[in-house]
Amino acid sequence: MTARQLIYFDHNATTPLCPEARAAMLPFFDAAFGNPSSYHRLGRQARSAVETARRSIAHIFGCSQAEVIFTSGGTEANNLALRGAATALKNRGRHIIISAIEHHSVVKTADALSRDGFALTLVPVDAHGVVDPQAVMQALRPDTILISLMHANNETGAVQPVAEVGRMARQRGVLFHTDAVQAFGKIQLGAPLDYADLVSVTAHKIYGPRGAGALLVRQGTPLAPVMTGGHHEQGLRPGTENVAAIAGFAAAAQLAGRQDGADMQRMAALRDRFEEQLLLALPNLSVNSRNAARVPNTSNICFAGVESESVLLHLDLLGICASAGSACTTGEPEPSHVLRAMGLSSVQAQGAVRFSFGSGTTAEQIDAAAAALAGIVTKLRHISSL
Amino acid sequence: MVIDSTDGAASEKLQHDTPQVADENAGVIFYNDTVIEHFTNPRNVGEIDGADGYALVGDPSCGDQMKLWIQVTAGYITDIKFKSYGCPGAIATSSMATQLAMGAHLDDAKLLTDDDVVRALGGIPANKQHCSLMGVSALLAAIKDYEERASQQP
Repeated sequence: MTARQLIYFDHNATTPLCPEARAAMLPFFDAAFGNPSSYHRLGRQARSAVETARRSIAHIFGCSQAEVIFTSGGTEANNLALRGAATALKNRGRHIIISAIEHHSVVKTADALSRDGFALTLVPVDAHGVVDPQAVMQALRPDTILISLMHANNETGAVQPVAEVGRMARQRGVLFHTDAVQAFGKIQLGAPLDYADLVSVTAHKIYGPRGAGALLVRQGTPLAPVMTGGHHEQGLRPGTENVAAIAGFAAAAQLAGRQDGADMQRMAALRDRFEEQLLLALPNLSVNSRNAARVPNTSNICFAGVESESVLLHLDLLGICASAGSACTTGEPEPSHVLRAMGLSSVQAQGAVRFSFGSGTTAEQIDAAAAALAGIVTKLRHISSL
Repeated sequence: MVIDSTDGAASEKLQHDTPQVADENAGVIFYNDTVIEHFTNPRNVGEIDGADGYALVGDPSCGDQMKLWIQVTAGYITDIKFKSYGCPGAIATSSMATQLAMGAHLDDAKLLTDDDVVRALGGIPANKQHCSLMGVSALLAAIKDYEERASQQP
């Protein structure tokens, strides 16, 4: 295998740009450079592009155009959802519920709010990495203003009961936010504003560019901006629109929205092939969230006795790109909070590697990576003191 | 990384370091070729039956652990073996520590420092410096174990 023949199994981190998105973006790096807020023809051209993209996104999610707020991506959408709802509702209540396995852009935003006078409840997950809707309901208090539960977990791929939690939240008059960044394009989302008030999505996980995402805001949802400035995005997200990225986002989203059952089955078959080969080749490994409903592209595997960064570097030297949530790799002080919440020990969590497949993944790549992994893990276990 | 510009040793160390990352906590880690070579082909891996000295250091729940065995003849380390659980930095520094100690007189081995290991590797990333602590502390603990055993012999 040469270094040029990369095997990219890190699609949950980011995806390559699809040709459709690239083509949609190019004019706005060039002659169509106008500011969408400008009066003249270049401005109108840019405005038209942004609104066409908004129409596209609204159509995909079965919502109105006014319910699509463009942001720079998932982290900003999550910040706007949590901080915006908390600020808008702080006089009604100051209690927020999130799950224990949320993305850092939710966990750390909620932490920041808790230092700002909001009470925070973290709802646990079971051993499969799934939240129990009843546990969310039991966490409700009279002063609860917001529940945030991700649609699919970025590390394990475990799909959460968002529709059920969202409907119960609405019955109780509590806002419901879901971070759908890792679910969009991997499973069908339908019309998420049917059960959620706030939905975060991003372009660069669906073969669009980095730098564009959206928060879907159900009509009538109380929300305050987190930045002050111009009138853009209904005053919720001031700042000149990233026209090229928004156009690329819409183009990629159209393709993602067209994903059907056959695409998902193909992806799940590749993932299952990968896991079955590893389970045959190596003792003492476990597939996290294997018995949960998962998005079809994600495989999170604990290799007992080895540390994930050592596995990642060996893979990288062979041209295989994967990732881990362990302390040594990311600069985080603790191993994956997601795996720890599922009841794994620190040592188990430190041995976890995430493989996330994508549209370019082939059976040959799966077989080559599984074979390489078997050798790598065997070698590291021979060196290991555990 | 904090570098005191008035400290010549620290400046020298910086030159040996791998490419600097703007934010060392950003999760981007660069190892140099020597570190990668020791990681992919670690020296002195294994165990010694009936070793003269043995040590277990580190804490797996904190990310790394090392077991070290030494054989001592006439005051010299005549054989040394290790097993390490941990990141590439931990494995490479374990390997280099054993290589530096192999064949050394105990008096010299006791003078080995973390800096010696890091320097021999041509530097390790700033956020991996703590890994280098394991090899030397295991070596010192194994020597201590040897000396305690030797002093108890009739």
